[in-house]
Amino acid sequence: MIKDITIGQYFPGKSPIHRMDSRVKIVLTLVFIVMLFVADSMWGLLVGIVFTAFTYAVSKIPAKMILKSLKPIVPIIIFTAILNLFFIRTGNVLLHAGFIKVTDNGVNTAIFMIVRIICLIVGSSLLTYTTSPIDLTDAIERLLSPLKKIKVPVHELAMMMTIALRFIPTLIEETDKIMSAQKARGADMETGSLIQRAKALIPVLIPLFVSSFRRAEELALAMECRCYHGGEGRTRMKQLKTSSVDYLALAVTAAFFAGVIVINNFL
Amino acid sequence: MSSFIEINNLHFSYVNEMEEPPVKTEVLKGVNLEIQKGEFVAVLGHNGSGKSTLAKCINAINIPESGSVSVNGLDTKDEKNLLNIRKTAGMVFQNPDNQIVATIVEEDVAFALENMGIEPKEIRQRVDDALKTVGMYEYREHAPHKLSGGQKQRVAIAGVIAMRPQCILLDEPTAMLDPKGRAEVMKTIKMLNRENGVTIVLITHYMEEAAQADRVVVIDEGEVVMDNEPKKVFSQVDTMKNLGLDVPQVTQLAYGLKKAGYNISSEVITEDECVEALAEIFADKKA
Repeated sequence: MIKDITIGQYFPGKSPIHRMDSRVKIVLTLVFIVMLFVADSMWGLLVGIVFTAFTYAVSKIPAKMILKSLKPIVPIIIFTAILNLFFIRTGNVLLHAGFIKVTDNGVNTAIFMIVRIICLIVGSSLLTYTTSPIDLTDAIERLLSPLKKIKVPVHELAMMMTIALRFIPTLIEETDKIMSAQKARGADMETGSLIQRAKALIPVLIPLFVSSFRRAEELALAMECRCYHGGEGRTRMKQLKTSSVDYLALAVTAAFFAGVIVINNFL
Repeated sequence: MSSFIEINNLHFSYVNEMEEPPVKTEVLKGVNLEIQKGEFVAVLGHNGSGKSTLAKCINAINIPESGSVSVNGLDTKDEKNLLNIRKTAGMVFQNPDNQIVATIVEEDVAFALENMGIEPKEIRQRVDDALKTVGMYEYREHAPHKLSGGQKQRVAIAGVIAMRPQCILLDEPTAMLDPKGRAEVMKTIKMLNRENGVTIVLITHYMEEAAQADRVVVIDEGEVVMDNEPKKVFSQVDTMKNLGLDVPQVTQLAYGLKKAGYNISSEVITEDECVEALAEIFADKKA
């Protein structure tokens, strides 16, 4: 169950999307998110779906990754659906049982929200699938670099993000190991009430915490040994450069965005 | 200024500030050691003998309490020398997981070079060279956590040799690896020493690894107690056992045979030598 978390997992590849400048990718992802929220009808969202499908096709990310990225948010999707189903009380009543009232407006909104959330997660996951986390933090560092002038520690934040991303798989692996070790000692993590199960996690979290501190200390030492001394005077092996792919992507996204606006106004 | 690494009467203590009054533990009690350029030195000692602390003194992670350490003529006490010393003497740690910073192999190897502010083109060149040297070039675009222990440790070594250091300090680099990974790492270390002339200081628990060095330094209770060729050190089986250390299995075997009255040299440290020595015994018997 723990291994299913895919955020921050990079899929090496050579597709046009992989080759895009990560700064442009971040900006376009933000544009895409705005686009989803601007779309106020099913038709508008359809443009969003087509856009997502198109980008996935271009990037050659296997379809099963989409399902994987959706798994952790299933509870959120269900929760949103239920909320919209039961709490929207306008429109024609479809079902009326006691205090429960389901209307056609409710059903429409529920479906609309589900599609929007799925698009949001699937679409923005593409950013992390096609961009190595270092490129990503590098891009964030550059995009935010104007903030350095007002003393925001941009480099330090970017470094922290890189390290956090780097250690996610390591810590997941470690959690698995500790869980097995505790299970071997008779710990029961699968049965009992929610509170009991949450309590059963304490013997997993404490060793994980302790070992993370140890790891942090060792990593700091190893970084120092490799001449790390903050962001000053640092160069990068991979330079970020915009190329024709980026302008093309920009144009395509703009076209889709225009489509959404047109649909909003004329349909 | 004569030796590459010069350690003079080095004292070092850890202070535990949490206790009241602070507790001071003296770990190194007057270490004197000289290491020449291009040497392959193995450092042995049981847990807590101070061997890791010594390595950290060499690349200026630990600053001597008294005495001095200098690397290539640079005193570790002088803060100005810090980066230069670390460029000269790179360090590889025990756990490869805790020393890999980046999520892509080649970006991790580039980390030190980026810190040093080297031109992007030059970094690319050096990263490729380093990865080829340790035989990990095909894996340059992989994620480190998907590699085996031995491969990860080789990536960590590549990250250090990309700095082109004259010396590499390795703090039990094989302790967490399986036999195959251990062999991979040892092969890499030996090649760096023989072919690239890199000075190696290898801290280890494996006597078979120490036997491959040019020189073995044994540390006990913060002092150098033995410093000689591997053969000379390991032939003193009883002294080694008293220090809580082992000797290579083959040395142990030769020692046992000698005790039992066979005519065999006690300076047997590799398997080949052992086979030869045993063959001699059988030949004598036949004759």
